[in-house]
Amino acid sequence: MNPRFLIPLAVFAALVVVLAVGIHHSPEVGVLQSPLVGHQIPDWELPILTDPSKTLGSRELKGQWYVLNYWGTWCIACREEHAALLAAQRDARVQIIGVDWKTDNPTEDADALEWLAKLGNPYRQVVSDHDGRTAIDLGVAAAPESFLVNPEGVIVFKQPMGITPQVWKREFLSRLPPHSTVPPAAPGAS
Amino acid sequence: MKPLLVLIAILAAGAPLCAAWALDPARLADPAQQARYEVLIHELRCVQCENNTLADSDAWIANDVRRQIRDMLVAGKSDQQIKNYLVSRYSEFILFRPAYSWRNAWLWLLPVALLIFGVSIAVRVIKQRARLVDNEDDADVLPS
Repeated sequence: MNPRFLIPLAVFAALVVVLAVGIHHSPEVGVLQSPLVGHQIPDWELPILTDPSKTLGSRELKGQWYVLNYWGTWCIACREEHAALLAAQRDARVQIIGVDWKTDNPTEDADALEWLAKLGNPYRQVVSDHDGRTAIDLGVAAAPESFLVNPEGVIVFKQPMGITPQVWKREFLSRLPPHSTVPPAAPGAS
Repeated sequence: MKPLLVLIAILAAGAPLCAAWALDPARLADPAQQARYEVLIHELRCVQCENNTLADSDAWIANDVRRQIRDMLVAGKSDQQIKNYLVSRYSEFILFRPAYSWRNAWLWLLPVALLIFGVSIAVRVIKQRARLVDNEDDADVLPS
């Protein structure tokens, strides 16, 4: 048989390999990988939800591990994530700082307080992103998204969607020092 | 044929109207900046509705990113600085037109390579066919 007839077959096989690799490596639809991982978190400073006259920011949190969790009361996936965050808070291995993302909800602050009172508060502190500028600066595309930040202020991991107990264990706890605990005083409360 | 042309004309006339609809009420004071703004929002992806440009999307995140671009334009940033900023936050995925770089070289060169490959095959096939037709003509003429 003329080996030239095998050429289209070989091309087809090569195409299958290329596409299979592509599908295998592509992240889930709608998920962006953050280029900020491995870099210093962009400076942020936001008003505290329960006392907007005070702010909390990346500078105060230097020297501490923290998880920065973007959420909003309008976000269904955040509701699904909530139980996992409560469980994570009970472990008390790392403080979770919530960023309540207002977007286009005019009553977001009040809704957020109600949500936390009703469903439980997994956060060491909650700040409000009212104008969404910090969200863009952190490369947040859609809530929920979470950053794990080390004491040097470097983002060591970003979860571009909801946290589940499995993700918490595999991606967050595994990156923390073995005996890490939550610091005694809530940041920004003084 | 004619109704189709009319339909296309109507749609074409309506397209800029739709785009203007999704856009922001306020225009930038400087018309040159406004023009650069229009180009930028057509080249950048909405990070939530990923197959739309910023210009096509009325998602609030697109709205916020458009505001960011306007602010940076007014602050005197260049187009490249604005793109670099957004790429540094959202990765190169946000660019509808990928940057020319060694990493992206295959993306730009592969279509050209495939075109050359395809044309060379087509030429060979056509030449072979032409030869076949010649032979058939000869065959028709010979036996008699």
